[in-house]
Amino acid sequence: MSLDTEMESISPSHEPQMHVELSRRGFLKSAAATSGGLVIAMYLPGCGKPDNVARTAGPAKVVEANAWLRIGTDGAITVLCDRSEMGQGVYTALPTLIAEELGVEPASIQVEFAPPGAAYVNSLLGAQVTGGSTSVRDAWDKLRMAGAEARERLIAVAADEWSVPASRCSVEDGYVVFTSRRAAFGELVEAAAALPRPANVRPRGRDAWRFIGKPQKRLDTAAKVDGSAQFGIDVRLPDMLYASLAQAPELGATVENFDDARAKAMPGVRQVVQTSAGVAVIADSWWQAKQARDALTIKWKSGPNARLSNAAIYAGLKSAASGTGKEVRKEGDSESGLRGASKRVDAVYELPMLAHATLEPQNCTVEFKDGHCHVYAPTQVQQMAQAVAAQAAGLPLEKVLVHTTFLGGGFGRRLDVDFIPAAVECAKAAGKPVKLLWTREDDTTHDKYRPPARNTCAAALDAQGNLTTFKLQLVAPSITSRWAPAVVKDIVDPFAIEAAHNYPYAAANVRIDYVQHEIGIDVGYWRSVSHALNCFTVEGFMDEVAHAAGKDPYQFRHDLLARQPRWQAVLDAAAKKAQWGRIPEGRYQGIALMSGYDTYLAQVAEISMEGNRLKVHRIVCVIDCGQIVNPDIVHAQAEGSIIFGLTAALYDEINVAGGKVKEQNFNDYRLMRINEVPAVEVYFIESEEKPGGMGEPVVALVAPAVCNAIYAATRKRLRTLPIAKQGIAV
Amino acid sequence: MLKLTVNGASHEVDVADDTPLLWVLRDTLGMTGTKYGCGMALCGACTVHIDGAATRACVTPASAVAGKSITTIEGLSPDRSHPVQKAWIEFDVPQCGYCQSGQIMSAAALLAKTPAPTDGDIDTAMAGNLCRCGTYVRIRKAIHRAAELTAGKEG
Repeated sequence: MSLDTEMESISPSHEPQMHVELSRRGFLKSAAATSGGLVIAMYLPGCGKPDNVARTAGPAKVVEANAWLRIGTDGAITVLCDRSEMGQGVYTALPTLIAEELGVEPASIQVEFAPPGAAYVNSLLGAQVTGGSTSVRDAWDKLRMAGAEARERLIAVAADEWSVPASRCSVEDGYVVFTSRRAAFGELVEAAAALPRPANVRPRGRDAWRFIGKPQKRLDTAAKVDGSAQFGIDVRLPDMLYASLAQAPELGATVENFDDARAKAMPGVRQVVQTSAGVAVIADSWWQAKQARDALTIKWKSGPNARLSNAAIYAGLKSAASGTGKEVRKEGDSESGLRGASKRVDAVYELPMLAHATLEPQNCTVEFKDGHCHVYAPTQVQQMAQAVAAQAAGLPLEKVLVHTTFLGGGFGRRLDVDFIPAAVECAKAAGKPVKLLWTREDDTTHDKYRPPARNTCAAALDAQGNLTTFKLQLVAPSITSRWAPAVVKDIVDPFAIEAAHNYPYAAANVRIDYVQHEIGIDVGYWRSVSHALNCFTVEGFMDEVAHAAGKDPYQFRHDLLARQPRWQAVLDAAAKKAQWGRIPEGRYQGIALMSGYDTYLAQVAEISMEGNRLKVHRIVCVIDCGQIVNPDIVHAQAEGSIIFGLTAALYDEINVAGGKVKEQNFNDYRLMRINEVPAVEVYFIESEEKPGGMGEPVVALVAPAVCNAIYAATRKRLRTLPIAKQGIAV
Repeated sequence: MLKLTVNGASHEVDVADDTPLLWVLRDTLGMTGTKYGCGMALCGACTVHIDGAATRACVTPASAVAGKSITTIEGLSPDRSHPVQKAWIEFDVPQCGYCQSGQIMSAAALLAKTPAPTDGDIDTAMAGNLCRCGTYVRIRKAIHRAAELTAGKEG
């Protein structure tokens, strides 16, 4: 990451105390190289660098070997996990990287979540962020080096004591070993920490790996099968009160006045507080708070969204499509290519807004204690949480301590910190710890929704049916414009153009533009972000072009990927694994291809139609995500992502009327159930490439694969979602 | 005062009769393994056993279960040794884990009644438990495995 040029200091609108530094050149470079990687360096005064200091904890001393690793004089090893565990497996994968270098079983390591800190900044994102499927990609070199450095220090101490060459010593299950001699890490660690930083440290080579790439049990499973795992909602503090928050149903409306007489008379109610996010009732139990909140009479003052509806949003996107966008790709001359077409294909794709629907609703627990504000939160952004809490508390950053819990789902929802300030305000007003918990309805109606999009495609074929021109205009709001506005002041939001900017199919003329169009309500990063929007568009449209060319959709793609070997390899493998074209009578297939997060993937959906009713029988996914730390966890990510993607493809959209979100709970915002799940097959391609992200990309291919299969079955082309709203029963 | 029997222990709780059992468990008794997801019996995250039957605690008034035997995830076994828990560990079923207490309680209730469930039995018994991470593929495998473990087929 380069921060050497065109620096500017900005303050994101929601985080006035947080300074963001941006390197324009580094940002562009990164965006181009890592499929939308974002470099924002968040600069947080008061976050000191952890030192190599010995601390006392009980009878054994605990030595901080580095920011991630603590070794006790009793030999106990603790790894600080600086990414949030939301199901994707960082609680296991990141410690495994250090365990490998130390030569200890991952299961023998204690894992704690790291506090906010400069050492924990994600180099791919420039801030302490769990997102963008970056955790393993970022940690790969960093944590292996951290582990290797600690190993070399421990070895150096033992070797010196034994007067033997360090190069002939090794580590084994918590000991430094030389022939028959053994010294426990705990005996060596204090001296090791005092040594100067060792030179020429290298992580272990592939041949020496005991844990990386091998099946390893998750370290969080035990706590997740007996109810002991602590999610944000589970935090309990002495004397704690509970809060329920009434937020304006119309997004952007504010409190004009409220009558809390009835609420205050209800059992258990301690206080009614007007917060920056609405009116909160604080009570002895959450149920009492919720009941009393429902008894509030609030007059809301309408805001700019009073007349906002889906119709208005899509009309706005449509009219924005006539405006000028920003250039994303330009090769050849697409206009003359389209003019000279023997056959021209045109299509418009539209994508709905979606909610994240983490099963754990948003919540935050706050305690003011000993001059500090303690924030307990399921968050993907520890530094942002700290910054907004500090602002709400009126305290400097260093007085705010953020304690990250397990996350009951993240999917990008908890990259936003909108649920934190009101909790701080409640705890401050109450003078006691307060847990603020949203209801499911609060959560569905006050999300930061996946952006809607309207994408216009055109292609030209020559007389032989060869693709000469591909043109794509993306119209959508920019999430990053809200989240870190200065970053995208003059450039295209890299999180709006994913899976479009790296369009892989050979064509003499390629033109891709992005028109940013804001819709009045907040949009957020939703698992796979714009990959899901743009992969649906590009892969649906390529299917249309293949059919227009009179070619098999798989073969058509294959032939255009001669110079894209990693893309072509996953495409071919998926076709083979899915028995492309060799399936039983009455079954139909659709294929989709994508690269994102340094991962390459192809999917084949197999469906049948009974009259108007769709049945998805099977999804086959082939993935090249480079080197894999934990095969079982990435497999699980793929399985779950297919279900996550299929849920969105089949069932869901967010509808706005009068500025209010209509969908409320799981009756009208459906999640897939076990009886609806198709057969899922996932295959990985062996690779020695650097690791690719696996938390998100698989999600994006499901909708285009299924819709392409529906076309194969019905000749009906679906250019918008969800499928259930397109005249097809699911 | 309501008298509740949770995981074999007797508790007197001072809550309004219509307080959902979920909030009595979580806030009054401090047993947070049972989760809140929807408040409308749509997601199953709050599943507990009432006299052995899988029940959504979020819509069950505490007064309705006074005197009955309530089992939560904390009481399913003292040491994660219930066959369902063992199978869940064997297949590393949970991802985020938030729904899993409810999934496990529903699965345990299913196996208690139907020791060797078919896929259809699993669909019927488990369709009320949502998993946003999409762990269903493994849930199904793990239930079949738990059935084997219950039948004494350790291999």
